[in-house]
Amino acid sequence: MIPSEPVITVRNMVKKFGDFIANDNLNFEVYKGEIFGFIGANGAGKTTAIRILCGLSSPTSGEMNVGGFDIYRQTEKIKQNIGYMSQKFSLYEDLTINENIRFYGGVYGMNIAERKLRTTEMLERLELTAYANRKIGDLPLGWKQKLAFSIAILHNPKIVFLDEPTGGVDPITRRQFWNLIYEAVEKGITVFVTTHYMDEAEYCDRVSIMAEGKIVALDTPEALKKQYNAANMDEVFLKIAR
Amino acid sequence: MIEVNEIHKHYGDVIALEKVSLSVNKGELFGLIGPDGAGKTSLMRILMSLLLPEGGAASMSGYDVVKDYKQVRLITGYMPGRFSLYPDLTVEENLKFFATVFGTTIQQNYHLIKDIYQQIEPFKDRRAGKLSGGMKQKLALSCALIHKPEILILDEPTTGVDAVSRKEFWEMLKRLKEMGITILVSTPYMDEASKCDRIALIQKGQLMSVETPQAMIKSFPEDLWAVRTRKIYDTSKYLELLPALISVNSFGQVLHLVTKKGVHTSKSIGQFLSQKGELDYSIEPSTATIEDLFILLMNHHKQN
Amino acid sequence: MNRFIAFLRKEFFHIFRDPRTLVILFGIPIAQLLLFGYVLTNEVRNVKIGIVDNSKDYLSIKLSERILSSGYFLLAATPATESEYEGLFRSSKVKEIIVFEPDFARNLIKEGKAGIQVIADASEPNAAQLIVNYTTAIANDFVRDEFVKEQKLPGIAIKVRMLFNENMRDAYNFIPGLIAVILMLISAMMTAITITREKESGTMEILLASPLKPIQIILGKVVPYMILSIVNALVVLILGYFVFEVPIVGSLSLLLAEILLFIFLALSLGILISTFVNNQVTALALSGFVLMLPSILLSGFIFPVKNMPIALQIIANLMPPRWFIEINRTVMLKGGGLAEIWPHTLILIGMSLLFIVISIRKFKIRLQ
Repeated sequence: MIPSEPVITVRNMVKKFGDFIANDNLNFEVYKGEIFGFIGANGAGKTTAIRILCGLSSPTSGEMNVGGFDIYRQTEKIKQNIGYMSQKFSLYEDLTINENIRFYGGVYGMNIAERKLRTTEMLERLELTAYANRKIGDLPLGWKQKLAFSIAILHNPKIVFLDEPTGGVDPITRRQFWNLIYEAVEKGITVFVTTHYMDEAEYCDRVSIMAEGKIVALDTPEALKKQYNAANMDEVFLKIAR
Repeated sequence: MIEVNEIHKHYGDVIALEKVSLSVNKGELFGLIGPDGAGKTSLMRILMSLLLPEGGAASMSGYDVVKDYKQVRLITGYMPGRFSLYPDLTVEENLKFFATVFGTTIQQNYHLIKDIYQQIEPFKDRRAGKLSGGMKQKLALSCALIHKPEILILDEPTTGVDAVSRKEFWEMLKRLKEMGITILVSTPYMDEASKCDRIALIQKGQLMSVETPQAMIKSFPEDLWAVRTRKIYDTSKYLELLPALISVNSFGQVLHLVTKKGVHTSKSIGQFLSQKGELDYSIEPSTATIEDLFILLMNHHKQN
Repeated sequence: MNRFIAFLRKEFFHIFRDPRTLVILFGIPIAQLLLFGYVLTNEVRNVKIGIVDNSKDYLSIKLSERILSSGYFLLAATPATESEYEGLFRSSKVKEIIVFEPDFARNLIKEGKAGIQVIADASEPNAAQLIVNYTTAIANDFVRDEFVKEQKLPGIAIKVRMLFNENMRDAYNFIPGLIAVILMLISAMMTAITITREKESGTMEILLASPLKPIQIILGKVVPYMILSIVNALVVLILGYFVFEVPIVGSLSLLLAEILLFIFLALSLGILISTFVNNQVTALALSGFVLMLPSILLSGFIFPVKNMPIALQIIANLMPPRWFIEINRTVMLKGGGLAEIWPHTLILIGMSLLFIVISIRKFKIRLQ
C-alpha cells in the first residue's frame, strides 16, 4: 500500500472517564483505501477510540479529522460519510431483512430506486434473496454479521468502522466476512477494523497494537514481524507485551 | 470423570445439542472447541445441572446431573461465559463470599489458588468491576477453585482477554491439571486446541471429532499446501479454479490450499498458477492446523 | 449459618455502595412524606367564605368583621336559604359557610353560650380542617377580648359540618397511607430489582451452581430489605408524630406487628415478581405499574374505596395496601384494636402465604 491522502488524522487524542484514561495521547493517520486494524484486549481502548471517530462520543482533548471533517464541529457531516458496525449486533431482531434494509436506507436518505437496486445486488451477493422476509432474530450469527456489514456500507460511505465484527464466528464465516471486507476495499471504501484474532491482524494493511489506552506499535504486519523477529502476529504481540 | 451419553437439547426449533456423547478422564484437560452457537454453553450448563437435558444422561464423578444435582454442584467449580462476579465488591470480598458459600475459608484452600491469587493480591481492595480483563479472569478462576473442586468447568475463559493473559491462563490450567483436577474448558480460538490433552470439535450441536490434538492433525485426510504470494486475494481467486480442489483459505498472509490426497505436487500447482499469469509465489507442502481440520469437517458436514 | 451471614454482608455492601439504591431507600420516603404533608396542608390566606347572619346583632356583626379582617378570609357570598349552600360549594365559590344562630348576642350574654355552625368543603380534608381551626381560633379570641372583665367566660359552641366527606376520614390519612406506599416501594420493588440484578449480571448462575439452597438465596436477599423497611416505617411514624402531629391513639405494639406483617407480604410479592422477570428494567416497570400505582390510587390512600365504582372496588379489595391502610387508620387514628381489625389481618396473612408459597415453588434451581 502506497500512502495516499489521509482520510483520518488523529493528533494527541485523549479520552478520560473520571480518573480513568481510556485513550492516552493517540496519534495516527489512516490512508484512503487501506484496511487499518486496531488490535488489543478488551479494555485496551479500541472501542472508545472508534466511538470518538464515529462522532458517538466526544474526546477530552486532541485534534481529529475524519473524511475531511472536523470531529468537534462537523459531527453530522462525518456521520453521513461513514458506516459503523458495532460489536453488539446492530440490526433489529424483530424486523425482517428487507425491513431492516429499508429502515437504514431511509436513515441515510437514499431514494427508493437506488435502495431497491442496491438491496437486490446485496442479497444476491450474500445468497440471501430467498430469506429477504425472514426475521433477523431467526438467522445464524454468521449471516447476521455479514448482513450487518453489508448494510453498514449500503450508502457507500468513505470509511467503514467495524468493531470486533468476527468475535465468536466460525472459521469459514470469518473468512467469508473478510472477503466482503476486501470487496468493499475494491470499491474504494476505507476500512477501520478492531479484532482480537491475531491472524486477522495479518489481513490488514497496517495494524496498530493497543494496550492500556496507548498505541504501543503501528506498522504493516510484515514490518512488525521483521522488527520483533517473530513468525506471526501472536508472537509480535507477546514480545511487545513483555 | 465426566460421562455424557446421547445428550439432546433444543430451544424451540433450534437444536442446541444433538445426541452428544463424550467422556472425559480423570485429571484430563479437555477442550470443547467451536464457534458461538455451536452448543458449548448448553452442554456445560447441563453438566453443571443448570439446564435439564431433553434426552440422554450425563454424570460427573459418578453423580447424575439431574438426580444428584446437589452433589454435582458441590464437587465442581464453574466459570460461566460472562464476567460473573460482583463488580461492586472488592477482590477479597468476592473471594471470601464464594469461599463461605461453599462452606470453606480462603486459608483452608489457599494452596490451590496461591499461584493465581498472588498475582491479583496487590489489588485485593480494588472493586472487581475495575480490574482489567486478565485480572478478572484470574479472580473468577480463584473463586471457582476456592472450594477445592474435583472438576472445573470453564466456559470461554479466554474470550476477549489479551494474548499475554491468555497464555498465562493456559499455564495456570496446566498446573491445576497437575494437581489432579479434571478440567473441561471451551474456547472459540482454534489455536488454543494444542494446549489441551484432548479436544472435541463442536459445530451446530454435533461433535465432529474427539481426539488428541496431535492425532487430529495427523488424521487430516487430504493434502495441504502453504502458498505465499503478494496478491493473496487474486491468487486465491485463481486457485478456486484448480482441479481436485477442496478449499482455499487465507491464514494470515499465507494461503492454505487443500486438495484431494495424492493428486497434486508443488510443481503441478505452480504450473497452474503460472498459466494464470501468476509468477511471484512459493508453494510448499504443510501440516494442517486444527482450524484447517475444523473447516474441512464443517464443509463435509454441510454436504451431508 | 456462616453462608447466610456471608450472604447478608454481601447484600449490605451492594446497598451501601450504590448511591442510587440509597436514594431510593432513604431519600424517597422522606421526600414523599414532606411532599404529601405540605401539599395537602395548604396555607390559609384569602379563603372565600359565606356568612349567614340570622341574628344581625352587635356581637354577630362584630365577630363577622373580625373574621373578615383577619386576612385569612374573604366574603364571597351571603346566601339567603340553606338550599343555596351546596351549589356554592360545588361551584367552589366558597370553601366555608358560617351560620350565626338567631339571638346570638343575647344567648351569649344571658346564657353564657351561643352557637355557630361552620360548614366546610371537606373534599380537600386537610385544608378544610385547617380552615375550621382558624375560624374556631378567631371566635375564641373574640370571646376572650369581648368579655375580658367577666369572671366566667361565656363560650361559643361551634358545630362543624364537613360537606362531601362528613366524618373527615381522610384528615390524617397520608401518614397511614404513606407507610403502605413506602413499604411497597422498598420491600417489593427493591427485592424484585436486587434479585433480577443478579440474573442480569450472571452471578445468579454461579449462586445456582453453588450448594446454596433456594431458601437461603431468597432469605439472604430479603432480610436486609426487611431491616431497612422497618427502619423506614419507624422514620415515617416518628416524622409523622413530631412534624405533622399525627397521633398514635391505639396500641403501638399492635401497629408495629401489623407493619411487620405487611413488610413480609410486600417482600414475598417482590420475590414473586422476580421469579417472572429476567431484567431490572422489567422488574422496575412491573413493580411500578403493578404495585405502586394501585397502592396509591386504589388503596383508599387518596380516594375512598367506598366511593369507587363496583368494578374498581373489587380490584381494590385485591390490593394488599387497601387492607393495611385501613388497619393503620383504625389503630393510629381511632384507637381500635384487634377486635376491629382481625379480618383485615387474616386477609393479609392469607395473601402473604399465597405469595411466598408460589414464589418458592416458582424459584428455579436451574436456569430457564
